[in-house]
Amino acid sequence: MKHLKSPEDLHKLRKSLESKHRPDKVRILICTTGCRALGAEEVYKAFKAEIAKQSLADKVEIVDTGCQGLCARAPVLTIEPMGIFYGRVLETDVPDIIAKTVLKGEIIERLCYAEAGKRTPYIKDVPFYNKQKKIVLRNCGSINPKSIEEYILRDGYAAISKALSTMTPDIVVAEMKNSGLRGRGGAGFPTGNKWEFVKNATGDIKYLICNGDEGDPGAFMDRAVLEGDPHSVLEGMLIGAYAIGARKGIIYVRAEYPIAVEHLTIAIEQAKQLGLLGENILGSKFSFDVDIKMGAGAFVCGEETALIASIEGKRGMPRPRPPFPATSGLWGKPTNINNVETLANVPIVILQGSEYYKSIGTGSSKGTKIFALAGNVKNTGLVEVPMGTTLREIVFDIGGGIPGKKQFKAAQMGGPSGGCVPAQHLDLPIDYETVKEVGAIMGSGGLIVMDDTASMVEIARYFMEFCQDESCGKCVPCRVGTKRMLDILTRITEGKGEKEDLGLLKELAEVTKTASLCGLGQTAANPVLSTIRYYLNEYEALINKKDAQAAPAQSAQLPQSAK
Amino acid sequence: MHKSVTVNKEGTSDVDLAKCRAILSKYNRSTPSDLIPILQQIQDAYGYVPQTALSEITAGTRIPLSKIYGVVTFYSQFSLVPRGKHTIKVCTGTACHIKGATDIKKKLTEALQIHEGETTKDFKFTYEPVACVGTCFLAPVMMIDNRYYGKLTADKAEATLKNY
Ligand SMILES: Cc1cc2nc3c(=O)[nH]c(=O)nc-3n(C[C@H](O)[C@H](O)[C@H](O)COP(=O)(O)O)c2cc1C
Ligand code: FES
Repeated sequence: MKHLKSPEDLHKLRKSLESKHRPDKVRILICTTGCRALGAEEVYKAFKAEIAKQSLADKVEIVDTGCQGLCARAPVLTIEPMGIFYGRVLETDVPDIIAKTVLKGEIIERLCYAEAGKRTPYIKDVPFYNKQKKIVLRNCGSINPKSIEEYILRDGYAAISKALSTMTPDIVVAEMKNSGLRGRGGAGFPTGNKWEFVKNATGDIKYLICNGDEGDPGAFMDRAVLEGDPHSVLEGMLIGAYAIGARKGIIYVRAEYPIAVEHLTIAIEQAKQLGLLGENILGSKFSFDVDIKMGAGAFVCGEETALIASIEGKRGMPRPRPPFPATSGLWGKPTNINNVETLANVPIVILQGSEYYKSIGTGSSKGTKIFALAGNVKNTGLVEVPMGTTLREIVFDIGGGIPGKKQFKAAQMGGPSGGCVPAQHLDLPIDYETVKEVGAIMGSGGLIVMDDTASMVEIARYFMEFCQDESCGKCVPCRVGTKRMLDILTRITEGKGEKEDLGLLKELAEVTKTASLCGLGQTAANPVLSTIRYYLNEYEALINKKDAQAAPAQSAQLPQSAK
Repeated sequence: MHKSVTVNKEGTSDVDLAKCRAILSKYNRSTPSDLIPILQQIQDAYGYVPQTALSEITAGTRIPLSKIYGVVTFYSQFSLVPRGKHTIKVCTGTACHIKGATDIKKKLTEALQIHEGETTKDFKFTYEPVACVGTCFLAPVMMIDNRYYGKLTADKAEATLKNY
């Protein structure tokens, strides 16, 4: 591939790719990432073989993509340009799909999405999709993530090209600040402000780190973005690096995500070949390189100072802040850390402008949020909605509601640092602030739906076990606090709880929250506090050695939400 | 570093250090941040981090053995004892937990006759729980090496073992 030496070169490449593009060709897009677990690779191979066997390569093309969202129907595929959506596809369906749908335009009923007995062949009519707004997931599931050409065809690298040719770093920072984009890694810190700190920090060497550690159990948004559209993350990093003046970037990825590592490695190689990474990018003075670091299995390494320690080759333990990484981070140099989803938003802000971005979302929270919808809900999968969408819309309209004859009981948001949102808050428009008011946190976007069979004390115990296990042990409040809280919760779930235990739990929760060194300990008690707040009667029932499941959720002592 | 912990050339150790040396030779001007990647490659090559390899690393990188040991024991990816040919990771994340991961763990413990974190006597399987493998929509899930198995039941999980 030819090195691109200017924004015009990129433009020309895009034009030449467009001229080679064959819109008349049928494209079968099949997810081979998440859907791999249910045999998508075998289906993909069967399509390859069938297309070869029937010599159809000129008419049909099979494209392996990232996540298409409706994971509950895995393996899924979309047939373009018709927009037909099939799920639960087996190898044995392949000849039928080619013969009927591709060659004759017929719909195969049994593979269509069905709700209440009604079959919906076209993706535009599937309720799961039509309430979503895909900004970050704009390419995920529609392009081959291993092809930089496909990314370029969809405005890929146009944002960094625009920034390099028409914007100064100050203007980029101003755009980011004006967009209102807030960090998607959990804390929701305004991205533009963070970039400004690092930009203004003194030092000639600066680093930009992409946090892809995604350790929250029940979260798979970053995985999907890294696997399905790795170039969008690289482009976000390029823009960030240009703004803050970094020339070296590191992507820290969880060891449990082999496909993400594979796709990122390919993406970096391709970007280097085109000169979109390396020296004097697009003929400018800006140079930037990216390395991948694989995590080694420690949840706490998602915390920024622990992550830096881990990259430096140390035990991944957090340290007190300040100094913040913005002034003293990797190797003591000013360092900017952003989450995967945050970075994937960046090209859109730059390309479409901050005013456009700002027009989506609520007063305090702009843009969209990806949620990993899982648990007792029909349409488990990946959803992207504008901030301010209600929980009811996500769980019932998009998620299709609760399977079986069960009732919605709670949605767990924010994983081990979050809380359970009960049914009376279903109509809450979700943004950073509202979620916090009801005792949960936006977190990274894990959203686990629980039906009326779930024991909330058991859920609290489950998360405490997780935090206790993952506590790095450096500070006493977290190390001992989580252990003692776990002891009490275990005792209660085993029916051995004492009357005093609840008071003790709350006291421990307070101390652990105030005195812990990092976010892990500071938030470890959240699941306990939120379940005590809404389901106190379940605790009491267990302490009184009655069956907790039998007790309905208590709502009498609920504080009213501000909405 | 201590001479006494380097591997003796007469070969009292039955670990073949050629692979380890090949890995280290790529890092002849190593920085401290190479330690984890080096350990990851050694873990990959041997299935664990042999004691003798630790000594090689400390000789090759001049990172004190105590520091290396601290890192190895901090991260769950590294093991100081030999592991099975295949690693079974049963997801115990939230989604899998509420969809029956506990039953699967119980069944596997019975089928393999080992506890979590242990390796079968024939060194075929190492079995460990992991918090979320990122395929929660398929809960409950397990991974064997890099392959995902979704929508499991206890019986399906047990039957899957026969493929290995
Ligand atoms: C225990 C703990 C785990 C964390 N895990 C992650 C993670 O997996 N991914 C992530 O992006 N941020 C994680 N964070 C937040 C990071 O410390 C940091 O705030 C974030 O990466 C900043 O990026 P953002 O501003 O783009 O959100 C974690 C924080 C704590 C305290
Ligand atoms: S909770 Fe099991 S894969 Fe996420």
